[in-house]
Amino acid sequence: MSERAPVLETKDVTIRFGGLTAVSNFNIAVPRGGIVGLIGPNGAGKTTCFNIITGFYKPTKGEVLLEGKPITGLPPHKVCEAGIARTFQNIRLFYNETVLQNVMIGGFVRQKSHWWMHPLMIPSCTREEKDLRDRAMALLESVGLDNVADETSNSLPYGAQRRLEIARALATKPKFLLLDEPAAGMNPQESQELMAFIKKIRTDFDLTILLIEHDMKVVMGVCEYIWVLDYRILIAEGNPEQIRSNPRVIEAYLGEEATQNA
Amino acid sequence: MKTKETPRYLVPSLVAVALLALFIWWANSHLDNYKIQVLNLIAINSILALSLNLIYGFTGMFSLGHAGFMAIGAYVSSLLILPQVQKDMIYIIQPLAWPFSVLQAPFFVAVLAGGLAAALLGLLIAIPVLRLGGDYLGIATLGFAEIIRVVFTNLTPVTNGALGLKGIPDYANLWWNFGWCLLTLFFMIRLVNSNFGNVLKAIRDDEVAARAMGINTFKYRVVSFSIGAFFAGIGGALMASLVTTIDPKMFGFLLTFNVLMIVVAGGLGSLTGSILGSAVITVLLEWLRFVENPVDIGSFHLEGIPGMRMVIFSLLLILIILFRREGLMGMRELSWDAILRRFSRGGETR
Amino acid sequence: MSFEMFVQHLFNALTLGSLYGLVAIGYTMVYGILRLINFAHGDIFMLGAYFVFFGVTLTKIPWGIAIILAVAASAVCGIVIDRIAYRPLRDAPRISALISAIGVSFFIENLSLVIFTGLPKPVYQPEWLVEIISFGNVRILPLALIVPAIAFALVGGLLWVVYRTKPGLAMRSISKDIETTRLMGVSVDKIIALTFGLGSALAAASGIMWALRYPQIHPFMGVFPGFKAFIAAVLGGIGSIQGAMVGGMLLGLIEIMAVAFFPALSGYRDAFAFILLIVILLMKPTGLMGEKLEEKV
Repeated sequence: MSERAPVLETKDVTIRFGGLTAVSNFNIAVPRGGIVGLIGPNGAGKTTCFNIITGFYKPTKGEVLLEGKPITGLPPHKVCEAGIARTFQNIRLFYNETVLQNVMIGGFVRQKSHWWMHPLMIPSCTREEKDLRDRAMALLESVGLDNVADETSNSLPYGAQRRLEIARALATKPKFLLLDEPAAGMNPQESQELMAFIKKIRTDFDLTILLIEHDMKVVMGVCEYIWVLDYRILIAEGNPEQIRSNPRVIEAYLGEEATQNA
Repeated sequence: MKTKETPRYLVPSLVAVALLALFIWWANSHLDNYKIQVLNLIAINSILALSLNLIYGFTGMFSLGHAGFMAIGAYVSSLLILPQVQKDMIYIIQPLAWPFSVLQAPFFVAVLAGGLAAALLGLLIAIPVLRLGGDYLGIATLGFAEIIRVVFTNLTPVTNGALGLKGIPDYANLWWNFGWCLLTLFFMIRLVNSNFGNVLKAIRDDEVAARAMGINTFKYRVVSFSIGAFFAGIGGALMASLVTTIDPKMFGFLLTFNVLMIVVAGGLGSLTGSILGSAVITVLLEWLRFVENPVDIGSFHLEGIPGMRMVIFSLLLILIILFRREGLMGMRELSWDAILRRFSRGGETR
Repeated sequence: MSFEMFVQHLFNALTLGSLYGLVAIGYTMVYGILRLINFAHGDIFMLGAYFVFFGVTLTKIPWGIAIILAVAASAVCGIVIDRIAYRPLRDAPRISALISAIGVSFFIENLSLVIFTGLPKPVYQPEWLVEIISFGNVRILPLALIVPAIAFALVGGLLWVVYRTKPGLAMRSISKDIETTRLMGVSVDKIIALTFGLGSALAAASGIMWALRYPQIHPFMGVFPGFKAFIAAVLGGIGSIQGAMVGGMLLGLIEIMAVAFFPALSGYRDAFAFILLIVILLMKPTGLMGEKLEEKV
């Protein structure tokens, strides 16, 4: 692990819902520019951790720090404003809007114009809208979706929808990107492309990326460091080799690993 | 999708507006009063439908309180344009309270004031109530509209209570009504076609994802609600001047129901749909009068003599919801793009 | 206020509260199962009263029989409404069913207006019901005793059905998790129909008793009681039958007592319920006795 200051840190994050502890003592520190992974069997609490980091849940205990500044308990839109973007396990696109509109909505958080400026035809607003549109088109080009910019997003095939969700997240100009099972439902060819894509956007957009993933090929192929969650607590962390040979990890995945060889 | 406001289409838009002006000029001298009344109603209903569509069709908030905002707009505006003489005449139970007894304003200002008053109330209501979801929001806004109505019925020194206001100057002619209608439409088009408009639709489609994308959904729902309330107030103000007599009973749930009907029939999430829906439903409501009984149509339809008209009307709403939920236009808009494409074969693809 | 006046007001409140409570139960049951505010429910209340009226004046059947038939007919109406206007929309966005309900409500009201005309109709009141009884200086109508008694009997019967029979178990199960209940082989549509039937029967009973208490019926008589009963259901905790009754009683009490102690407020009487609604929704949306009906994020 590099010595640089971590982009994202969580300190002893714990969350309880009523009597149930959904996550306990979640401690990670993600180095700048890294691509890291959070893995674990289903129900281990991975998406819950995402929801805590992005402000959808408030942890019962513990802190979340972005570039050293606490963001614990901030509402989701403020977390995004601070620089964290995410995708969702079950794709959550704006299905009635076009592909282009979806990405432009992502760009809204960085817009300076107010809502009343466009009706009043203020020039700076018109210019900003045009710039946003151009930037959105550029993002679509980088994910290969510029040719369907005016199609409604629900008409896209599954893999394209996932890429669109990522493009939308990129439009928010994040420092830190959370990807929730980006390879779900992809065939090996698509997974390869995804891995290359993740590496590319890390460089092109100066990102740090944390992903949840079940596809071990993707995890081992793209993550530089991995945390393992089982039954709501971290049971291991390390680089891919360390994780691959960790007995506790193997035990947690017994049965699951048989079908996805690492 | 480019629509009427893109500068490329400035000329066709201006031509359309000019044609409308020509039509109004012609109508004023050639059509009988009844037809003019219907046209006036179409314009005002369009404003009302557009305002409710913004709140419900575009932002996804099921608000049943529209009549309340209309009431505020109607009363505020009317109190500002009623001549002093008339005020003295109609406030027979209790004299009109200060400052309303002395305030007067030109028509444009009065209507604007009506809209602003409604928007202010919308803002106040929105902040506590918009936290509620779906159907609870509907009931809560309905509740507020009823509270407003009851308050107006009892606030005799200001509203003249159940007697209402009579003799409101009938400034609201075709020019004013369609003028305000165009203004509303222009504003809505610009709003909906901006990224802010996209954001409202995003809030409607998936609030969780919208929040994750940095959108303060609560704040913008309040904004959308208040803008909708503003235009509902404008519509109410114009309506008051059109029918020249208003009382609290007019602003009950039936009024909201009519606007809701227009929005649903036209298409939730379509500005074109609201205009078309307004035209179709207004004409339909008038036409249905002859189905039941010939009735003097000096006053406007919502003060209405209930009867088969409303039976057919409500049946129509049920049928639309059951069989064609998206109404006339669904979420589609009529745009210059689409029109030109239709007229030039093999038009360029976007 | 004298003690006698107070007691009379109390009995008034008890009566009014029972009537609200009976209607509120129908709202709460349907909302608990379908998450739908059945706008047309208040109109079943009205139909119950009209059915009795026509039963008695047109067909000359004995008054008691007319009541039973009217309640049954109203139950059927409730079931039919669900079948035609709500069931096709089970998979549609929830607001669609709500709009449909609004449409049905207006339809019933205006159809009744056309058929029955808007002229309020006088209702037959058997003498023994309106002969004033006196307890010392306190004078009340027999209705003030009978209505709450019948209401509580009906609610008791309903609770027995809900908690001690299999269909009742199915109803409770559906309100918790409709999909799982369906998977367990329960004919969900039949149970939903049963729910509408029971709720409508209670609403009709309430409408009939209301008409005996305020003996002028007209097609829009169910509008305000309907709104208020729904508010009572929210107050008591939507989804809870006991809560609906409690909410109804509380609302009746507030309405009567507020005007009794502050006669100047009588013009605002109808607004109390709505103000109460806003206050509950903001402070404790689950009501007094309700459970959280959360949406899964």
